[in-house]
Amino acid sequence: MYPSAFEYYRPSSVSEVVQLLSQNPDAKLLAGGHSLVPAMKLRLSSPAALIDITRIPELSGIRDAGDRVVIGATTTYDEVMRSELVQRTLPILPEAIDVIGDLQVRNLGTIGGSLAHADPAADLPAVMLALGAELKAVGPSGERTIPADEFFVDLFTTALQPNEVLTEIAIPKPSGRTGMAYEKFANPASGYAVVGAAAVVTLGDDGRVSAARVAVTGAGPYAVRRTETEQALIGQEPTTEVIKQASQRASEGMTFNSDVFASEEYRAHLTRVFVGRAIAKAAQRARG
Amino acid sequence: MQITVKVNGVSHTHDVEPRMLLVHYLRDVLNLTGTHIGCDTSQCGACTILMNGKAVKSCTVFAVQADGAEITTIEGLARDGQLHPVQEGFWEMHGLQCGYCTPGMIMTAVDLLQRIPNPSEEQIRHYLEGNLCRCTGYQNIVRAVQYAAEKMRA
Repeated sequence: MYPSAFEYYRPSSVSEVVQLLSQNPDAKLLAGGHSLVPAMKLRLSSPAALIDITRIPELSGIRDAGDRVVIGATTTYDEVMRSELVQRTLPILPEAIDVIGDLQVRNLGTIGGSLAHADPAADLPAVMLALGAELKAVGPSGERTIPADEFFVDLFTTALQPNEVLTEIAIPKPSGRTGMAYEKFANPASGYAVVGAAAVVTLGDDGRVSAARVAVTGAGPYAVRRTETEQALIGQEPTTEVIKQASQRASEGMTFNSDVFASEEYRAHLTRVFVGRAIAKAAQRARG
Repeated sequence: MQITVKVNGVSHTHDVEPRMLLVHYLRDVLNLTGTHIGCDTSQCGACTILMNGKAVKSCTVFAVQADGAEITTIEGLARDGQLHPVQEGFWEMHGLQCGYCTPGMIMTAVDLLQRIPNPSEEQIRHYLEGNLCRCTGYQNIVRAVQYAAEKMRA
């Protein structure tokens, strides 16, 4: 299958990318291409131009910025999950990435591509919400930082402007007794999340939850935090009963997708179950 | 656009249309037809090759993206008439019936064994998730990879 013809650009700097985006309103950014290229081959997407951003050194790599880990947008899944710094400080990332697609997808797919594409069934949006990541974007008027909480706005839609490029993701390193976990109910054919739940739980010296962030993907049109569940955990000892009560609230006020794989009701049920599992595992890991 | 790609150790330069897929470049321009097109929708892994040492699906990469890269296809694995241990494993353990998925299976297994020289059965199955076989039920494919792992460690 051939996609329709397009112009191909391969800029070497972020400023060049921004310029190309402004000059080519119908252009798409090409990173790993593992969502875009299949869509182009099926002619679901026919961009007039592709801007290949994979040869821009400043967009790739992982660095230790003191209290944060900063990951360049075009860093591949494989590079992220094999990073010793990531494994040590943000173990939820390798855990989640290991269940994305397959080896070949992880070899080329990029962390920024997953977030900017905002597929409703992608894994990393929930993980970034739970980690409290900040996303940096550069556009014609300079750079700005978007908290993950404000980044995912609708189905395949983010807070990025058409002429902006996502450049890096900054993730705060967890402090104290923090545990994190990602639990996914994968579609057996595609591997995508029917429902995926990410939880980051911090325990105080008294063994009670001092901070919790919980997010869900796959269930609705875009990944969302579950603040009612978080509130139900804070100040409590994370016992089986407390986690059960908190995870019951995870489906409150949510819009659920419905398709041939799972009805709204089933996704709501999976949301409660997988949120519960993620919290229980995160709390167990926080106890150490 | 002009691209230069090193395929199985030999450098090639061609003018290609940006929309040409890497798998078509390998098969139709370089006549390396060992790389198969199966599903053509990024699912089956029959078109898997190594790009800069990593397994990728060549039906989901444009040839222009491979400009400057080193590519290994199934034709490039054997050395001096000696099968690569993974190829030998598929031969010895009968890791194929129709053989359509085999080149892709072998290339993915090569990437796996570079990472994990002694994989468990579970790890082999996990790393081969992106390669579909409709004949064997995977049992002998797993045995073929285990055979290769043992041979490569020896």
